[in-house]
Amino acid sequence: MTRRLVLLLAVVFAGIVAASARAEPIRVAVTTSFQNSGLADVLLPEIKADTGLDVQLIVVGTGQALRLGAAGDVDAVLVHARAAEEAFLAQGHGLHRREIMYNDFVLIGPAGDPAGIAGAETAAQALQRIAAAQVPFVSRGDDSGTHKKELALWNAAGLAPTGGWYRPVGAGMGATLNTASAMEAYVMADRASWLNFGNKGGLALLFSGDPALFNQYAFIPVNPDKHPHVRADLALKLEHWLASDRARELIDGYRVNGEKLFTFNAKQP
Amino acid sequence: MDSIFQGLGQAVRLIFTLDPDLYEIIAMSLRVTLSAVAIASLIGLPLGAWLAVNRFRHRRATIAVLNALMGLPPVVVGLFVYLLLSRSGPFGVLGLLFTPTAMIIAQVIIITPLIASIAHQAIRDLWAEYHDLLISMNATRGQRIRSLLWDGRRALLTAMLAGFGRAIGEVGAIMIVGGSIEHSTRVLTTAIALETSKGNLEFALGLGVVLIALAVAVNLLIHTLSGTERAPAW
Repeated sequence: MTRRLVLLLAVVFAGIVAASARAEPIRVAVTTSFQNSGLADVLLPEIKADTGLDVQLIVVGTGQALRLGAAGDVDAVLVHARAAEEAFLAQGHGLHRREIMYNDFVLIGPAGDPAGIAGAETAAQALQRIAAAQVPFVSRGDDSGTHKKELALWNAAGLAPTGGWYRPVGAGMGATLNTASAMEAYVMADRASWLNFGNKGGLALLFSGDPALFNQYAFIPVNPDKHPHVRADLALKLEHWLASDRARELIDGYRVNGEKLFTFNAKQP
Repeated sequence: MDSIFQGLGQAVRLIFTLDPDLYEIIAMSLRVTLSAVAIASLIGLPLGAWLAVNRFRHRRATIAVLNALMGLPPVVVGLFVYLLLSRSGPFGVLGLLFTPTAMIIAQVIIITPLIASIAHQAIRDLWAEYHDLLISMNATRGQRIRSLLWDGRRALLTAMLAGFGRAIGEVGAIMIVGGSIEHSTRVLTTAIALETSKGNLEFALGLGVVLIALAVAVNLLIHTLSGTERAPAW
């Protein structure tokens, strides 16, 4: 028995040692919506083919993505929360902010639409109807870009959402949609995550199209002056690709169930 | 119920279609967890035995703390290891964050108290039995610990397998320190969390069945190799 177990342990340790040698890749913290939309699966192989960059995605909320960037744990971030991004730059954590593309947020709810938001004129009015009807609304509640956007919309609607009907779950987009699906509650999601979501249950897209629901994604390379090990050269190479015509073609051409999800809007300097 | 059956169907399909991505994820799960169990055993088993044969001040408190640490919340361990390994943390220069090594470190912290506590329990009972014999043979402390570890090897195997069980199913800590990077640090549990977040519940459940099958297979393999339940009592 001992000899066999010793052999097993030896094999395991050999495995650990063998695994330590590996090429240096570029790490990018991205938001859950970017990954859950499926766009990452389309772009990453193309990026690798065109630039040779092995992009490793750390999928977190915008709040945590910016924390990882500030700590120097990633080489760049791709997020969507303008105010937080500008604060990040103001503190010197990032080199610059480059807008890449946008998609939009949509309001989801039970197909029967008990609050009647489908006929609302604006996003603010839709939220006012949800609050007035006191129907369950699930919020991300995780300081992500989507969460910040939702809070800004409540603010614009002149409301401070509180009460038993308002349920912050402190989770990612997918987990929040799963919760809303199980509760038959209203929820705000980015269009991409919603279209790709596989557990829609009794939920339906009820309101979209208000320009206030615009969702801009921006790429920020982490400042190498603060963290010398950060591969700013690779981050700039990636940024160059993300703003290229090749990226435009792929981003604008990405469809889920025949629907266009993202619109490329990177400007050439 | 439909989803559950679809999940089981997915599991069968996953295992037999030999999907290379799936095998990569399984290999990473095994590599991280088996490494963590090996390291945690090297620390935990002798520690458990040492605690059983030694009498010292605050022994009771030490053992109580060790037992309490069995319930360490993995998320907190993950956060702690993240802060240590972050580029802004004390061990940032090593560049270990988001690597399998970081995941192994987190799991070692999680399962060492578990392995040490179970080992201590087993060795303490054995020590009660061997005490007079070992003392009368004038065995040194090291000799006592070694003979107890050897004669208690079956119970210690259980301790290691308990550690394996906790580590292979762990998600909170390795998500934070590993990042669940595709083709790099993604393991079965983080893949399940990812698929669940995409709403692909059947696929996620299929991966879950694969995870359970893997745990059963490893346990069977270890039991077969060590010949338990076959040889006469010891």
